[in-house]
Formats: sequence, structure tokens, C-alpha cells
Amino acid sequence: MALEETHVRRAAHLARLAVSDDQAKGFVDDLSQILEMVDQLQRVDTQGVAPLAHPLDATQRMRADEVTETDQRDQFQRCAPAVENGLYLVPRVVE
Amino acid sequence: MHDKTLTQVAAALASGEVSSRELTAHYLKRIEQTNSELNSFISVTSEQALQQADQADQARASGNAGLLTGVPLALKDIFCTQGVKTSCGSRMLDNFIAPYDAHVVEKLKAAGCVSLGKTNMDEFAMGSSNENSFYGAVKNPWDITAVPGGSSGGSAAAVAAGMAPAALGTDTGGSIRQPAAFCGITGLKPTYGRVSRYGMIAYASSLDQAGPMARSAEDCAHLLNVIAGQDLRDSTSVARGVPDYTDTLNAPLSGLKIGLPKEYFGDGLDPDVEKAVREAVKVYESLGATVKDVSLPHTHFAIPAYYVIAPAEASSNLSRFDGVRFGHRCDDPKDLMDLYKRSRAEGFGDEVQRRILIGTHTLSEGFFDAYYTKAQQVRRLIRQDFLDAFEDVDVLMGPASPTPAFDLGAKKDPVSMYLQDIYTIAVNLAGIPGISVPAGMVGRRPVGLQILGTHFAEAQLLNVAHQFQQATDWHQQRPTFAEEKA
Repeated sequence: MALEETHVRRAAHLARLAVSDDQAKGFVDDLSQILEMVDQLQRVDTQGVAPLAHPLDATQRMRADEVTETDQRDQFQRCAPAVENGLYLVPRVVE
Repeated sequence: MHDKTLTQVAAALASGEVSSRELTAHYLKRIEQTNSELNSFISVTSEQALQQADQADQARASGNAGLLTGVPLALKDIFCTQGVKTSCGSRMLDNFIAPYDAHVVEKLKAAGCVSLGKTNMDEFAMGSSNENSFYGAVKNPWDITAVPGGSSGGSAAAVAAGMAPAALGTDTGGSIRQPAAFCGITGLKPTYGRVSRYGMIAYASSLDQAGPMARSAEDCAHLLNVIAGQDLRDSTSVARGVPDYTDTLNAPLSGLKIGLPKEYFGDGLDPDVEKAVREAVKVYESLGATVKDVSLPHTHFAIPAYYVIAPAEASSNLSRFDGVRFGHRCDDPKDLMDLYKRSRAEGFGDEVQRRILIGTHTLSEGFFDAYYTKAQQVRRLIRQDFLDAFEDVDVLMGPASPTPAFDLGAKKDPVSMYLQDIYTIAVNLAGIPGISVPAGMVGRRPVGLQILGTHFAEAQLLNVAHQFQQATDWHQQRPTFAEEKA
């Protein structure tokens, strides 16, 4: 499956990455090479094979519905770029 | 002192030959002498290390010392360490002071270990040469024109150069075993789920696993004893008893059945590496093992499957770096979208961006089934190859890497770098454990023998590796770099 620049731009937008025109062209070349290598997968007969998401076929463990975490907001917000009154600050979203 | 193994260092502490403070100061000095050239450490935490050493010495004086109390270690900078910068080799986290300890860090602290600092790595563990670090490449102490391997290259180089007796690394596609091979040390990737991933910055969550990197299998056994076990904060860590991995190190190998996967001895394998590995297998025969050829028919589809699954998981995991809660934020964002996009474009390096884009693309509408579902189906076939092989043999052996360490700057395009991981990557897809042990030299560059076992066969792998190290001295060889700086 050939990769076009529009695919790279769509993925960059979905992944929230700013990509310049020059970079987009470079990514098309690199990602095309990678996908060409990945396309070897199409040679494998996988009919009737269930997808494997986890190497141990584990299932989610259940736990009692009890509060186990304490409030550590102040500590966790110490590494944030901008906070005020316990809130994370971002550019104005609603005028 | 810095030529000693972890086991020897622990014995020297126990006998009172040396205090933890003396030992820690010695390693810190050694790091100071060598790090400007090797670039193994991103952060050296001298002050905390000496404090921890004093606490360890006090614990010992009051009769509360365990086996590893006071032993200095290095930690890959992917493990969160409370109050210490945890960068994951990225500009994105250059300003990140971790607010908590990873599970393995808690365990090592509880065992009384001293942390010397945080080692260099490929950004977000994405790489096979350590050249993808925001903090610059690491040099291989055996030959400073060569890479140390990656992504745990800083940990491997630190142990090889005697900057620490042992270190922790992580392995998502070979990131413990390949740098261990390139730097002539012993590195174990445990079974997926054996060691908690809590506080280990995620790359590909269904593949990531932490493990020990040290100078012998015995050292790795001591460290695995401390870090293995269930932790409820990682839902994939397994409820299964942890044996004492040192108990079985000396079990005899007579009757051991070794399989040599024919796909691990094919095109692209350096003839000198092959020779070293086959010589190592002969050592095992002399110890009473039997050898047969086996096949892992889907081996060549492991790299393609990995480069769908790992980037897909990475694109999801790395979405948390949004410039809002922690990490890098761009200057003067004009709106929220601009803040996200520029913070991430500035914070992530090229290889990380490539993998985020591949993952986002292959998960997107119209491509998901052809790539992601297909790769997961192939993943099951790859795991089945191993399960079938282990019906027939106890362990598999082969090279850890097709070549010895390559030159810095030698791999220009991403795919040629990816192909380096041909012998290690399937192991993560299958979730089985693997160990690399030094087994020869090509010129000045070490060769690693990789030994693979079935799920939770760590005790057996360590036994098999230890017996080789009782019969050979490859693991005792040290780079001349270390002597020149002594």
C-alpha cells in the first residue's frame, strides 16, 4: 500500500505533531520504506488465526471497589508547565 | 575494585573489607573519570548515592543488612526515581523530576541498594545503537568508534567500563540483550509479566520488560531475586511465586536438550559471530548437553510484525505527552492545538516521531485490519513457533545479534537499523525470557550468545548461562579502556 503525503499529514494531525513541508516529504520517504518492509506480512497465511494482543493471554484482574489512592495533586502538579489554584493552565479555549 | 562482579562486591561489603560509602565514592570517581568520553550517564546522583551508602552502612552496623545492602547500581533513565530527573533520553522529559519511584526502584531501595545515577538510552527506548538519545550517543568501551547497542546502551557501557557493578535495563525488542552482547556483559530479559512495569516509562506495553545487566549470570540472578514478583499496580504482572534464582545455578547440564533454530544461522549472519556461537555450543556439548537443529518458521516476519505492533502501542502511550501536565511545553502557544502540536514536535526526536506516525497511520480507519490485525495474527504464529520448539528441546541458542557492534553513524536509514534486531525481536512478541552472555570476540568487539527458554524459565536460563561461565572466561574479559582510565 503506497503512502502519500496526505496520509502523513492526516497521521500527523491525529497524533498532534506539527510537521513542516520539508519534514512531511522526509517522513513520506522513511515511512514508505518501513511500510514496504511491513508489507511482507501479507505473505503469511493467517486465515483462522486469532489475533494475539498479549503474550500470556491474560485477562484483567478484578479488585474490590475501594478507595486506595490518596490525593497527591499538589505533588503531581509540581512538574506541570503552568498551574493555578490546582488547575492546569492552557491557552483560552472558550472566549 | 571496579573490576569486581556484583557478587564479589556484596561479599566485600559483608566481610567489612570495604564500606558502602567507600565503594560508592570509588564508583562515583570512576564515573567522573570516564563519563565525558563514554556518555553512559545522563544524571549522576552523587549526593543521594552517598546518603544511601551511609544508610546502608548504618543498617549493616546494626545487623540489618541483606545480601545487596550497600551495593551501588545504575538505572536506565526510563525508571521513575522520586526527586530525580527521569528523561527517558528525550527533550520532552528533560525537565521532568519524577514524583514517585518505579516498582523496581522501590524494590532495590528496600534491598538497600545505592543508585549511582541514570543511564543514557535511545529516546523512549526506540533504537538499537543509543544514537537516538537527546543527550548524545554513548561510546562502546571496547572500541570508542563503535556503538554500545541500544536502547539500554548507557547501562551496558557503564557495566562494561566498571562505572557500576551492575545496572537495570529494559527490553522491548532486544534492548537489554543486544547492548549486553555489544558490550561483553550478561543481560537478561525476563518473561513478560515477571517484573512490574509500574513507573517504567511505557514504549510498547505488551512487549516492555525490565531486567538485569551485569557481569555474570550469578549477578543477574541476585538482581532478579529482588525485582521479580507481582505488583498490583501493573495489571499485567503475574501472580506467580518467585524462586531463589541462585539456588539452581549449579545444577548439572547433563541431558540438557539445546535447539539451534536454523533461521538464526542464515543469510546476514557475520561468519565470525557464527563461529563464536558454534564454539560456545561445543562447550555445552562437553558439559553433557545434546544439540539438535530446529525451525522457527515465522522468524522473518517478526520484524515486520513488531514494526506494526510496537509503533501502534507507542502512538497511544506517547499521547500522554501533551505539554499540559508534565514535560516540554512550546513558547507562546497561540491556541490549544498549537500548544499540543508544537510541544510534541519540539519535544520528540525524529525516530520517536516516525514511530508515532507509523503507529497512528496503521491504526487509522481503512488501514487497521491490513496492518494491526494482521500483525497480531502473525504474532500468535510466532509465539506458536517457540511453544512448538520447546516441546522438543529445553532451550534455544543462537547469536544475540547478526554482527558485533557496528561503527557509530554506520546505519543511516531506519530500516537497516531495524534489521539488526532479527534474533531478539520475536522473543518479545512471544513474551518468553532470553539472556545474552559473552561468548567470544571479533577483533576488539564482543560477541553475545543468546539463550532462550519457555515462559518463566528464568531459573533454567540463569543456570545454563552460569555453567557456561564456569567453563569459559569470556565474561571476565574487560575492555582496555577500563585499564587506561584506572
